[in-house]
Amino acid sequence: MNLEYGEKYEKLRAELREFLRGWPLTGALASLPRAEQEAIFRRRGVERGYVYREFPKQVGGSEQEPDALADAILREEYWRASAPGDLLGQGPSLLAPTLLALGSEAQRERFIPPTLRGEMVWCQGYSEPGAGSDLASVSSRAALEGDRWVIHGQKIWTSRAAQADWMFGLFRTEPEAPKHAGISYLLIPMDQPGIDVRPLKQLSGSLEFNEVFLDGAVTAAENIVGKRGEGWQVSRVTLLHERKLMGNPHLLREHWSQLLDLARRTQRGGRPALQDPALRQRLAAIEGRLRCAETSTMRQLTAAARGEEHEVLLSLLVTKLYSTQLGDQIARCAYDLLGAEGLLAPTEADVSDYGNRGTATGFVEQYLFSLGPLIAGGASNIQRNIIAERALGLPRDLRKGK
Amino acid sequence: MEFGLTEEHKLLMETLRGFAARECPAARLRELFEAGAGHDPELWRGLTEMGVAGLAIPDEYGGAGLEILDLALAAETLGSAALPGPFLGHALAGLALRLGGSPEQRERWLPRLASGELVGTIAFGEADGCFEPGTWSARVEGGRLDGAKAWVPFGAVADLLVVGTAGGGLALVERSAPGVEIAPVDGLDRTRPLASVRFAKAPCDVLPGGVATAGRVRDAGLVLLAADAFGAAEKLLEMTLGYARAREQFGQPIAQFQAVKHQLADLAAEVEPMRALVWYAAHAQDHVRDDAERSAAIAKAHVTDCAVRVAREAVQLHGGIGFTWECDVQIWMKRALFDRALLGSPETHRERQAALGGW
Repeated sequence: MNLEYGEKYEKLRAELREFLRGWPLTGALASLPRAEQEAIFRRRGVERGYVYREFPKQVGGSEQEPDALADAILREEYWRASAPGDLLGQGPSLLAPTLLALGSEAQRERFIPPTLRGEMVWCQGYSEPGAGSDLASVSSRAALEGDRWVIHGQKIWTSRAAQADWMFGLFRTEPEAPKHAGISYLLIPMDQPGIDVRPLKQLSGSLEFNEVFLDGAVTAAENIVGKRGEGWQVSRVTLLHERKLMGNPHLLREHWSQLLDLARRTQRGGRPALQDPALRQRLAAIEGRLRCAETSTMRQLTAAARGEEHEVLLSLLVTKLYSTQLGDQIARCAYDLLGAEGLLAPTEADVSDYGNRGTATGFVEQYLFSLGPLIAGGASNIQRNIIAERALGLPRDLRKGK
Repeated sequence: MEFGLTEEHKLLMETLRGFAARECPAARLRELFEAGAGHDPELWRGLTEMGVAGLAIPDEYGGAGLEILDLALAAETLGSAALPGPFLGHALAGLALRLGGSPEQRERWLPRLASGELVGTIAFGEADGCFEPGTWSARVEGGRLDGAKAWVPFGAVADLLVVGTAGGGLALVERSAPGVEIAPVDGLDRTRPLASVRFAKAPCDVLPGGVATAGRVRDAGLVLLAADAFGAAEKLLEMTLGYARAREQFGQPIAQFQAVKHQLADLAAEVEPMRALVWYAAHAQDHVRDDAERSAAIAKAHVTDCAVRVAREAVQLHGGIGFTWECDVQIWMKRALFDRALLGSPETHRERQAALGGW
C-alpha cells in the first residue's frame, strides 16, 4: 500500500499545474468571448494529451492509453484550477462514448467532434411520464416512413432540452415485440416544428428540466444507433457512463468544508456553533462517512488501475446511494445551522449558479437541490435493487410486463 | 498510488480464514461461547504456530516484522470468525514493548511474546470507564505499582500486562507477581473475557518510552477494534443474506420481498465503504503519522458504531429465531459491542476527532 503517486505521476501533476497556470487566458486572448477562450484552452489540453483521453484523435480526442491514475490526477487538478477540460454533460459524457462504442463510422465522424468541442449540444430523451424507474416501458413511438422516422410522444425531465441541438433517446419502433426488444435508439434534431419544449420549474426555483412534446417530429432513417429493436442494449452503455458522472468526491469535500466554515462562524448562545457538543458529534459522524467515500474512491481507482474492478463490484454499486445520501446529510446539517435564515428563499444567483457561495441562501439552495441527486440517474430505491440483485445475488422481485 | 491489498495480505487473510473454518467451525465456536471462558489454549497455540502472535514484532526478536495494516487484516479475519483468543491485547502488548521498551526489555520479552510462549495484554481502562492515558491513576513508586485497572482483555489468562500508569506512562507487570489480584468479570462477549486487576505494591518495570508511546498503542488498539468490528459486520451481513435467501414465507424466499431486500442493500451500503476506511487508518499508523491519531479515532467511532447497528438489524431480519440464545447472530452482536465499548465509546472518539481536527 502506498498513497504516493510516484515519480511518473508527480511529474505529470507538476507539468499539469504548470500548464493550468495558463488559465485564465491573458493578453489579447483574454478579451475574446468566454466560450472562445474555453475552446482555445480545451484544444490546448487535447494537444497535450490531457483532455478527452479515451477518444481517438480522428474525432477530436487525444487518444491516450487508459490510465485510471492519470485520469484521477487530471480530474483533480482541472477541478482545482476551475479550468476548461473534458466537457461534462449529456453529449460529451454520455452520447459520445456510446457512439464511440456502438455508432457507425459515419455517425462517429459527424457527431462526436462537434460534441466534444461543445458546438453540438445534446439532451437525453429517456424518461417519460409513464416510464421513470421502469424505463423500458417507454411508449413514445417512431415509425419509418420512407427515408425518415416520424415520431410521436412525450419525454420528461429532459435537462437542457431548450438549449440542445439534438436529442438522443429511446423510442418504441417495434410495437409488436416484447417490451425490451421493441425499442430503438434514435438521434433527433431539436430545431423543427414537430418538437415543443416546455420548461419545468424545480422546487429550488431553477429551470433545468423540460418536457419535450414530439408530434410528428422527424429524423433521417440513418440516425439510429445500433439496429432496430436493440435500443435497450445501446442505452445500457450510456447508463454505464452516467454512473461515472455521479458522486464526485471533490464536490462532497467542498460542501463539507463549507459546512465546517458555516459551523465556525455561526453563533449559538454567544459562542461558535462548532463548540456545541451535539453538533460536534453530528459533524464527526458525517466526516466518518466522507472518509469512507474518499478512501473507497482510492480503492476503486487502484482496482481499476490493476484491472481488478470485479473485486470492487459491491463498492462501485453502492457509490451512488452512499454519496448522494452523504450529500443530503451535509446539506441538512448546514440548513439546520441556518436557523431562522432557513426561512429565506434562494436568490436568482444561487439558483442559476452551480456552486454554493457560502451565503445563507446558498445553503438553502443546496438543501433543496440535494434532493435531486437522490432521484436522478436511478432513484435510491432503484439503487437498492441494483445492489441487492447484482452485487448481493438476491432474487429479483416479481415484475410484471417482462 | 496503490491503495489495495498485496498478494501477501490476501494470503494472510486466506490462511487465517482457513484456520478458523477448520479449527473453530460453528459447533466448536458455540461450545466455547457456551463455556464462556473465551480461551482455548489449543486454538491460540494453532495461531501462534502460524506466526500470528508475532506479526508486528521485528524479525530480530522472532516476529514477522509486519505493520499495523497486517495486524488489522488479521483482526478483521478473526472478528469475522468471532474467534476466541487473546490476539488483541497480545498484539498491543508487543507493540508497546517494540515502541517504548528499553533494549533489555525488548530482548527479554519480545521473543517470548512472538513465539507465543507468553500471552500479553494491555491494562488501560480504569473503573470510571476511562481509557485515555491522561486519566490513568495507577501509581508507580520505587518499582512498585499501586492501583486498579478495569476491562483488561484476557486479564486472567495473560502472563504479561502492559499497564497504563499515572502521567500517561506504561509499566510491565507479570501476572504471577506478588500483589497482583485478578478478578474475572462476567463479560457480554463470551469470545473475549475481561478481568479487573488490582495492584498492591506489585513489582513492575517501567517502559522508558512509555509516555511517548502510550497514545500510539491506544491508536493501534482503536484500529484493531475497528477492524474486528468490520469483520463482525461483514459476517453478520453474510449470515443475514443467507438466512433471507433460505427462509420462505408466503411461498417465496423473504429476500425476494423488496422491504427485506432494500434493508439488506442498505446494510451492504453501510458496511462496504468501511473496508477502505479501516485500511487507511491502519496504513496511516505506520505511514501517515500526522493523520494517525485522528484517523484511528474516526475509524473506531464510525466502524464500531455501524457494526452494532448492523447487528441489531441482523437480529430483526432473522425474526423470532434471531432473538434466541440459540441463534449465532448474538455471538457477533456481542463481539461488536465489545469492540464498540473497549478503549472508549464512539461518542468519546468523535469528540477527540473534533478536537484533533481543530474544531
